[in-house]
Amino acid sequence: MIPAAFDYAVPATVEEALKLLRKNPEAKVMAGGQSLLSLMKLRLATPPLIVDLRRIRDLSYIREDGSRVLIGAMTTHAEIERSPIIRRRFPVLAQAAEAIGDLQVRNMGTIGGSLAHADPAADYPAAFLAMEGAVQVQGPRKARTILAEDFFTGLYTTALNSGEIITEIQIPIPPAVTGSAYRKMKHPASGFAVVGAAAVLRVGPDGREQRLRLAFTGAAAHAIRATAVEMALRGKAITEQAIAEAMQHATDGVEMLEDLFADREYRAQLVRVYGKRAVMAALQ
Amino acid sequence: MAVTALFGAKIKRREDPRLITGEAKYLDDLVLPGMVHAAILRSQYAHARITRIDTSRAARVPGVVGVFTGKDFLDVNPLPCAWQVSGAKHNVNTPRVLEVDHVSFTGAGIAVVVAEDRYTAEDALALIDVEYEPLPIAVDAEEATKPGAPQIHENAPSNICMDWSCGDEEATERALRTADVVIRQRLVNQRLIPNPIEPRGAAARYDPGTDEYTLWSTSQAPHVHRLLITAFVLGIPETKMRVISPEVGGAFGSKIYVYPEYPLMCALARRLGRPVKWMETRRENYVATTHGRDHITYVEVGAKRDGTITALKVKTYANLGGTLSTIAPGIPTTLYGRMLSGAYKIPNIFCRVVGVYTNTGMVDAYRGAGRPEATYVVERSVDLVARELKMDPVEIRRKNFVPRDAFPYDPVGILAGLKYDSGDYEKALNKALELIDYGGFRRQQEEARKQGRLMGIGFSSYVEICGVAPSAWIGLGGQGWGAGLWESGNVRMHLTGKVVVTSGSQSHGQGHETTLAQLVAHELGVPIDDVIVQHSDTLGTPFGYGTYGSRSAAVGAVAVYGSTQKIKEKARRLAAHLLEASETDVVFEGGRAYVKGAPEKAKTIQELALAASVAYNLPPGMEPYFDETTYYDPPNCTFPFGTHACIVEVDSETGQAKILRYVAVDDVGRVINPLIVDGQVHGGVAQGIAQALWEGAVYDSNGQLLTGSMMEYAVPKAEFFPWFETDRTVTPSPTNPLGVKGAGETGTIAATAAVVNAVMDALAPLGITHLDMPLTPRKLWQAIHGRKEGAR
Repeated sequence: MIPAAFDYAVPATVEEALKLLRKNPEAKVMAGGQSLLSLMKLRLATPPLIVDLRRIRDLSYIREDGSRVLIGAMTTHAEIERSPIIRRRFPVLAQAAEAIGDLQVRNMGTIGGSLAHADPAADYPAAFLAMEGAVQVQGPRKARTILAEDFFTGLYTTALNSGEIITEIQIPIPPAVTGSAYRKMKHPASGFAVVGAAAVLRVGPDGREQRLRLAFTGAAAHAIRATAVEMALRGKAITEQAIAEAMQHATDGVEMLEDLFADREYRAQLVRVYGKRAVMAALQ
Repeated sequence: MAVTALFGAKIKRREDPRLITGEAKYLDDLVLPGMVHAAILRSQYAHARITRIDTSRAARVPGVVGVFTGKDFLDVNPLPCAWQVSGAKHNVNTPRVLEVDHVSFTGAGIAVVVAEDRYTAEDALALIDVEYEPLPIAVDAEEATKPGAPQIHENAPSNICMDWSCGDEEATERALRTADVVIRQRLVNQRLIPNPIEPRGAAARYDPGTDEYTLWSTSQAPHVHRLLITAFVLGIPETKMRVISPEVGGAFGSKIYVYPEYPLMCALARRLGRPVKWMETRRENYVATTHGRDHITYVEVGAKRDGTITALKVKTYANLGGTLSTIAPGIPTTLYGRMLSGAYKIPNIFCRVVGVYTNTGMVDAYRGAGRPEATYVVERSVDLVARELKMDPVEIRRKNFVPRDAFPYDPVGILAGLKYDSGDYEKALNKALELIDYGGFRRQQEEARKQGRLMGIGFSSYVEICGVAPSAWIGLGGQGWGAGLWESGNVRMHLTGKVVVTSGSQSHGQGHETTLAQLVAHELGVPIDDVIVQHSDTLGTPFGYGTYGSRSAAVGAVAVYGSTQKIKEKARRLAAHLLEASETDVVFEGGRAYVKGAPEKAKTIQELALAASVAYNLPPGMEPYFDETTYYDPPNCTFPFGTHACIVEVDSETGQAKILRYVAVDDVGRVINPLIVDGQVHGGVAQGIAQALWEGAVYDSNGQLLTGSMMEYAVPKAEFFPWFETDRTVTPSPTNPLGVKGAGETGTIAATAAVVNAVMDALAPLGITHLDMPLTPRKLWQAIHGRKEGAR
């Protein structure tokens, strides 16, 4: 609850921030601070330098760019939750943002910070995977794009290299979507997802699946795409029964997380139930 | 009449503007000139011998003023245990300001760093080297009493601190043998962590010139803190200390007690010659502040086939933790065993309580303190009997209620001489049934069950004991309380007509500044804005025992009331003198004194206060000034009651129990401020529901607290709850002249059983009769689907 001493820098540009990171390899980037500060107060993180991105104003935006929606990495959860563009294009993302923590957390926390932190129970990652998004990353020498499916690599770990900063989240606008939704069971203490499911669905006029992207958070060490479920529903008539049957594959090959609140067996049940509920909600 | 009826008016809390706008001053806001900051090193082991502590590295950190261990305070006595019920007298083990060579739970303080700022103190803490010799660990109270269990304290064989009982064992056994049905059930009332939003803290200053200490502490009972810290721990005259309790951000019982850090700050302030402050972190609060509940109970209940309950036999293992907190032994005995008759006429009752030391945090009173545990045992038992006999849970309650004409009611002697003061249990039940539309719900439930939905209704018809007092009873009557339990109230009326009320009770969220002002304004006939209420400082208030056990209205307010009556009487006599009338002809009413039949020629209370203050013209023998103090020791406790009803639906796919409706009908006697009573009920119900569904402290077998933060321990949020539907019946208490009972804990006492009963009703079609709390989604899902830990 009492952090160790640290230095604090507030660069005005991404270039300045990158320079600071290059000079101080042990430094930590702070976006909204909603995860990092808690770790520091418990002295689980004791970075010698904090590089705070909050003054870099041009990292906060939501705009459409032809085939994509672009979200600045410093955009807060509250801004995403309220954005007309997000609410129209990606209800799944608006719902995930809405489901995060409480009002204070949503006013401070950012999408870039949340993705980079890669908490296994965070809400965005499932939506990020289901939307097949990507992050734009700026490194000391070059910029690169990392696809959602390549981004999460383990518990609190991502494909980001040290010294790199996420600058933008890019989401392709898929052709004609029926609907998308995020459903979660909130841990009664932390508010994090015990399990969260994100679905993006297109159904043909015949009621058959044309395209489903389904992803889970909270189930495993990092958010996962449920490709086995997607396969099982391919071209099928979308009924509750069919969805429930397909969900039997939701945990195929997944090393499930286990904690005091939910053991593996129960968590697997939640994956099936919330997966079904997310797809059903996307259908509405 | 000038006065409106303030007694009973919904007046908004006068303290709220400063609390809501952040202007209130808490302990952490306190800054004293030259103040230094303390951080405490706490044992990482649940049970260990400390073989060596090396503080030299910590002491060399720039900014560190001093580093101390238990060996530096061998001249400071261990903390006292102020409530030693029979059996606990000879093996009391209480904390020292810092433990010396033996720790019995994780979180026990073993060293302290004092530094110029808190950051430096925390940095240095990490540099203290401690060598532990780990010892075997006992966590579960029942297991700890079995042969071969680790022995925690030498003076407590089998870790038993006390073996207490009440009631007639032989008669109860006999009644069980002849009962038509006997239900046996093991019930776990899990450990809870109070979680006040403000953790604990203390700051101390020592003045070498006067040899006096000032202690600021987050306390529910400043006078008691002063008494215990001076006379028992530090061994100094009580008059050499002033204790101030600043604004206190919630307590729920956990701030009644004297904790090691408080006398430690005093000793440090003296040793260092500088004021020292320590503010608890949330992590420390989880391990070092007291917990509540933690009972393992075996209940046997006998009944006739018609539902008449004939016997109740209870054996409870009460987990007291590694050392005893200030009043720990009294909670699972006097406040639990003696209330096991509940709202029912049960002819045979026996209760045995085994109080057990374990390698866990200290357990003491937590909102409700013993009565939620008793209510849970009784209300679950009643439902289990109803289930067995295929009776309606409402009918079995009706059949066994103490009838309205049976008060004062003596529950077969287990209250050790006290009697339930007043009640009309059926009236409250009927009101609850009507509000929740019982018949309508049962029809809805039948439909729902046909569709495979799991809906249920649960009741809790409770009675509780509060306004804890009768000094002679609690002290002498076998209860073992180490002091009195009266309360003080002083009322002064200044020359300008302004009124100052001081109370020995202490407000940490209850709204005393509103309620007491309301009462005084009502009695004296002055505007409420002319009344201020002072409390929480031993310097300015007469001795009092503080606030807990829902006693501020039933004891504290009655003391204040007594002083208003004395002032009114004096005002009346003074008015007679000034009006040149006979004293017997003058009445005082609505803030005015006048000769009977001539109200137009009156003296107002303000005029009389002026006359008493200037004292130009007083009747012979009358002292100047209106200043009266009352020390009120009631003849009995008070016994609020009521019925709570709850409707739940359990999601069979996820196991989540959702509360659809919650109705609380409480009878707390006459109500001074309905808004404040409703607020108390809301908060209490929230905590009670939380125990049923979410909260629970979990230690692993190494005595490590797995639920050590708000990330794991489910403190409920407002969004978890439905709209609470509250209502009341009013059965005045004959115990005190105000007819009030006490409303601070009823919600917590009633709610838990109502919710569990509702969930068990929902699961009844599956043949599930009982599950232990908290009824988490996983536990319910497993039970529904017949997994392990499931149906019994």
